Amino acid sequence: MALIDSRLSNINQIGLTRNDYKGAPSTLCQGCGHNSISSQIVAACYEMNIKPEKVVKFSGIGCSSKSPTYFLNRSFGFNGLHGRMPSLALGALFADNSMEGIGVSGDGDTASIGMGQFKHLARRNTPMVYIVENNGVYGLTKGQFSATAEEGLELKKQGVNTYLPVDICMEALVTNASFVARGFAGDPKQLKNLLKAAIAHNGLAVLDIISPCVTFHNKENSFHSYQWGKEHEVQLHDITFVPARDEITIEDFEPGSSKEVTMHDGSLILLKKLDKDYDPTSRIEALKVLEDAAHNNILLTGLLFVDPEAKTLFDRYHLPKTPLNRLKPDQIRPKKDKMDEINKLLFLNE
Amino acid sequence: MQKEKLKGNPMSNNSSDRKINDFVITFGTVNGSGSATANTTIMRALFQMGIPVSGKNIFPSNIQGLPTWYTLRLSKDGYLARVEEDDIVIAMNPSTIRKELESLVPGGVLFYPDDLKFDLTREDIVLYPMPVKKIIKDSDVTPTLRDYVANMVYVGVLCQMIGIKLEMIESALNFHFKNKEKPVSINMNIINMAANWAKENLIKTDRYWVEPMKNTQGCIMSDGNTAGALGSLFGGLQFCAWYPITPASSLAETIHEFIPVLRKDNETGEESVVIVQAEDELAAIGMTVGAGWGGLRALTSTSGPGLSLMTEYLGLAYYSEVPVVIWDVQRVGPSTGLPTRTAQCDLTFVYFLGHGDTNSIILLPGSVNECFEFGWKALDIAERLQSPVFVLSDLDLGMNEWITPKFNYPNLPIDRGKILWEEDFQKMLDANGGSFGRYNDVDGDNIPYRTVVGNQHPKAAYFTRGTGHDRFANYSEDGEVWMQGMERLKRKYEHSVEFTPTPELDDNHNRVGIITSGSAYFPVIEARDILKNKGLNVDLLRIRALPIHDQVKDFIKSHDYCYVVELNRDGQLQQIISLSIPDKATNLISISKMDGFPLTAKWIVNEVLKKEEVDHGTN
Ligand SMILES: Cc1ncc(C[n+]2csc(CCOP(=O)(O)OP(=O)(O)O)c2C)c(N)n1
Ligand code: SF4
Ligand SMILES: [Mg+2]
Repeated sequence: MALIDSRLSNINQIGLTRNDYKGAPSTLCQGCGHNSISSQIVAACYEMNIKPEKVVKFSGIGCSSKSPTYFLNRSFGFNGLHGRMPSLALGALFADNSMEGIGVSGDGDTASIGMGQFKHLARRNTPMVYIVENNGVYGLTKGQFSATAEEGLELKKQGVNTYLPVDICMEALVTNASFVARGFAGDPKQLKNLLKAAIAHNGLAVLDIISPCVTFHNKENSFHSYQWGKEHEVQLHDITFVPARDEITIEDFEPGSSKEVTMHDGSLILLKKLDKDYDPTSRIEALKVLEDAAHNNILLTGLLFVDPEAKTLFDRYHLPKTPLNRLKPDQIRPKKDKMDEINKLLFLNE
Repeated sequence: MQKEKLKGNPMSNNSSDRKINDFVITFGTVNGSGSATANTTIMRALFQMGIPVSGKNIFPSNIQGLPTWYTLRLSKDGYLARVEEDDIVIAMNPSTIRKELESLVPGGVLFYPDDLKFDLTREDIVLYPMPVKKIIKDSDVTPTLRDYVANMVYVGVLCQMIGIKLEMIESALNFHFKNKEKPVSINMNIINMAANWAKENLIKTDRYWVEPMKNTQGCIMSDGNTAGALGSLFGGLQFCAWYPITPASSLAETIHEFIPVLRKDNETGEESVVIVQAEDELAAIGMTVGAGWGGLRALTSTSGPGLSLMTEYLGLAYYSEVPVVIWDVQRVGPSTGLPTRTAQCDLTFVYFLGHGDTNSIILLPGSVNECFEFGWKALDIAERLQSPVFVLSDLDLGMNEWITPKFNYPNLPIDRGKILWEEDFQKMLDANGGSFGRYNDVDGDNIPYRTVVGNQHPKAAYFTRGTGHDRFANYSEDGEVWMQGMERLKRKYEHSVEFTPTPELDDNHNRVGIITSGSAYFPVIEARDILKNKGLNVDLLRIRALPIHDQVKDFIKSHDYCYVVELNRDGQLQQIISLSIPDKATNLISISKMDGFPLTAKWIVNEVLKKEEVDHGTN
């Protein structure tokens, strides 16, 4: 009953309105892809009934990295250094590992200065959502090529890009990321479902979202533009996120026409077959479809890879049940007799 | 000459020129040959005999094959500083024996393997060849262990010749091998054979003896990195991220080692502290800042090159007021420099660390015991002041084994500073008209309240950034707002002296003072005593924190002039003090150098006396 009610009314199951998930008004350019991503984060969190106080936001530096101020005002957030949000997030998440971490980065922030930290965050399977708002340029510093810009791209001031691009999804895949997806800011419906799946994932969820920069890089024939994306997007599957408590009626789906992935928290990701069969639990398949997409000049979107049960960062530690940052002084200072024990260990001459 | 004179002296007791418990032994070995066990065992035995002893390892930046020296100084008067000459040399390395021969004082002693070929360039020393190969061959030790236990031959011979009791050696070995019978007996067997051989075949013709004393009671043996690690664990450390670098690595490694001993719940297996070996120092500091921001007592440890990489994040932590502790175990820089040599050369770097207007709170431990104390104190100070706190140790303090008074359990409760959880946060709101400003100085002490991740109060969250922000943590480019924020940070910094350790003073109202810090204190105390014997009385002040306390200014004002003694090229401490008391800057005379070795009293005395003659006339 409550379920139905909340769907019809303007409050969600934990009694919050959309407004409770809003952030400060955006100061990014009108039409910037980053803004539509922020809206979808708000929508996803609202619909997933996530308590804003249970979310912590992180970012690096860039237009994209400014975004965390534009959603979830009631969540803590830390806008760190250029390329170094991963380390910041990792340290902060240890403070209370029951928090949902959402990080927002840019293609410059992740694929250039922050490549190292990004890869190590993936390697450790740090449980958080890691969004790259990928526009192929440095927005905030006014339009230089980023490492994801395609070879031959021509920009007004910069001339022609002569280097090959970095594919953030491929980088994530080869570094053992446990969830890798590509979205498109111009495809909000799919994006919201991808975001929900990413939030439900217990591990690092890398979401590379093509997010056009309308000011410096929105030429119709370039990979990171709205128009090109709209014309060339090919969805791997039709993705639907089903929360753990919702019942799905099997009749809704023809047998064999869809794949489902059960997430760690019991929620389901339903992937309805579109063109070809795709198995998102195979890393090598994911690399292959990405390679093909590059050859065939398409923007391939969807959930590329997921391993819902991969061991996470926190599985590698013996953390207390109480969040670390709530431990009382007597829980973090050894008892006095330990001092004598230590002095003896150090060859005390009595 | 000397040799002739000494030769007739049997192992008797009539000699008045016996040197007892007051000499230096240097072991010249090859890096990676396993001599460390032998050398620490001797040090531990001397320590147990109640003799003040210090051990310094001079090692190359290499894993195996290059020369390494270990020097033990026995000092009945308790001086622990380095000295420049050797009385006894155990020369196990053919490639360095020439150098070692030169370092011996007249009447000094050379122990060496009898198959070692070298030009004897000295006639004024005593020679004791040792049949190392033969003893090892005659023992029943398995061939794979031979190289390793060969060092035990010199342990046995040396003990026999200078009078170290073998029971003491055995108990030191038991300690070392955690009472495992087999390794102890293998080693003791060699030591006994070697001692017996010496007893039967060598005639003592030197003057060096050890005798039991009672001067190490209540002391332990530890290095400063171990001390810092343990102090931090007793200080309620909750998070450590680090990246390997000499000479800091052993600090984090010791934290790792002792988590199960000190911070693990034996019933649940839960650990109350997390350690992460980061991918580099950029990440190590990022993680540490993240953890500190999240409300964990967090530290990282590094040395110069790593600290250079950490600089940007530390500027962010300074401006956004995140508590973190950074241990900088200093080595010789700039650049990779002399990675295995000691220095106090990061003082000005850290003092001014970061772009823009920044100030650093620095603690300067002057002993291993103080490394322990500052280990826990630094965490309290950082959280109290919501600021990075640097602890500047050095390789000599950090990696060498020292005798030091036993560690004392922290005598103050853990100070978490102004962290507010839900209930207290509501009270604070009620008292302040319902509003919370992360950077709002409600108490007028320049320290605002902070909330941390996980606080479930709907008004507790705020957004942290390194860009301009106002009292409510909102983005701001307003010049006035910027200035007000930065002025408060400056006042907070100036008031940090209320929380940091005051200087250690030995002031007898003499005309001349010596100011120093950190491990340079050891040679300075010794120099002070030597100067006294030469007729120059000086007062001492050891700075334990920066910014300086008023006591430092008072000390400078109440002396005609002060020498500032330190281990770097430029006189960095003197520069920093000069800035804090510019009108007396000309009363500060720098005595500094950096060759990678700890300072010696002899060098300090010479420098002081030279300057006394030139600048101030002789007394
Ligand atoms: C250490 C450092 N170097 C350079 C900069 C300047 N800088 C700010 S944002 C940026 C690039 C941002 O590009 P991207 O991550 O793609 O974000 P976008 O603005 O495109 O969203 C650079 C180089 C900086 N802030 N810090
Ligand atoms: S410059 Fe580009 S990336 Fe930055 S806000 Fe404007 S459109 Fe977005
Ligand atoms: Mg960009």
